[in-house]
Amino acid sequence: MRSYLVLRVVSKLLMPFILLFALYVQFHGDFGPGGGFQAGVIFASAFILYALIFGVKDAGAVLPRGILRFGIAMGVLLYAGVGVFNLLVGGNFLDYNVMAKDPTLGQHLGIWLVELGVGLTVASVMVTIFFTFAGHRDRPQ
Amino acid sequence: MAITVIAIVKIRNLFAVVMLGSIFSLLAAAMFVVLDAVDVAFTEASVGAGISTVLALGTLALTTDREKKPMHTKLVPLCVVFLTGAALIYGTLDLAPFGSKNAPVHTHVGPTYLAEAQEKTTVPNVVTAVLASYRGYDTLGEVTVIFTAGIGVILLLGNWRRERDSGDDQNA
Amino acid sequence: MFLDYFNYWIVVFLMMAGFYIVIAHDNLIKKIVGLNIFQASVFVLYISFGKITGGTAPIIAEGFSVYSNPLPHVLILTAIVVGVATTALGLALVVRINEAYGTIEDDEIHKADEEED
Repeated sequence: MRSYLVLRVVSKLLMPFILLFALYVQFHGDFGPGGGFQAGVIFASAFILYALIFGVKDAGAVLPRGILRFGIAMGVLLYAGVGVFNLLVGGNFLDYNVMAKDPTLGQHLGIWLVELGVGLTVASVMVTIFFTFAGHRDRPQ
Repeated sequence: MAITVIAIVKIRNLFAVVMLGSIFSLLAAAMFVVLDAVDVAFTEASVGAGISTVLALGTLALTTDREKKPMHTKLVPLCVVFLTGAALIYGTLDLAPFGSKNAPVHTHVGPTYLAEAQEKTTVPNVVTAVLASYRGYDTLGEVTVIFTAGIGVILLLGNWRRERDSGDDQNA
Repeated sequence: MFLDYFNYWIVVFLMMAGFYIVIAHDNLIKKIVGLNIFQASVFVLYISFGKITGGTAPIIAEGFSVYSNPLPHVLILTAIVVGVATTALGLALVVRINEAYGTIEDDEIHKADEEED
């Protein structure tokens, strides 16, 4: 695919827009359709597009294994961390009312953090799964 | 959608089957938009028509391309399918008609969420509010499921930058 | 009455077609595609339970008074994501099975297992 000039140019042009759209969907999940999962998948699809056109090795240089694995774990940690933080501050597990002075502000903050964690994990897992599939070589029988 | 499914049953070229499955997901996403479920349509379109198709194509690249001819006739599965379908249709006769306001699903917490979500959480998208706040614990479980799936794939298929001539499994 | 229930019956047909693919075909990838079809038709069924005629998407905005029920949407969102996780793991297993047995047809795998014993 590296030799097709149109594909290379168009995909390089499109990638920032796809990433921007993913971030838009993530942060506007409160006001329109969207949220963590959709944003994570769209974010992953930008990198999958890059890997399809330029090869898994180059894509692996952009997002090395370590960062992806950090992302996978960090999202779940963020989510559970918000819950434990609520426990420590004095409310129930994942009870966002106690996160700020005003309960509604606490809810908004809690939802924002939680969706961020979800989006991070989903994006990292999707990219990791695709790289694992694409980079797998047939083992000699 | 019915035509797509019948084609999937009959066709034996696996690439066509995967593509038709992707078209089916896209049609399901269109159905969801018609049924006012925009968040779900978004997710189904991106996940079903996107990720599932890409992974299935990757699997096809790593395995074979066509399905073998069936050896024996498929009478028993056909009977099972017909019986189950008849039982399900008999069950649907008890349901409320499509789109009615008096269906049991609308009576319990649904209207409460619709009425209260905006004031309690200042988030107009009720689906996000319910997903992240009212039912946040379930979403934690869901994220854990995705996490587990990612770990499982890494364990099954190994490092994705393994060199061709290393024989043993290298640990993550 | 036909118009009231037609929606549900089409979904039952789709569900049964997906079910048939899973239990009747031997090829593993086709089984996984059939499983996806089954899941997607179940989702359509659930979402059609939540629809109210004349309603709109459950995003609170000015000028709308009737909203469709958001509760099925939440359940199905989780279910879709769990479904894709299952599909990814299933496809990874198919790749490994192909490496171990050399085939992805179910009956050939059974034969290979029986010959080993």
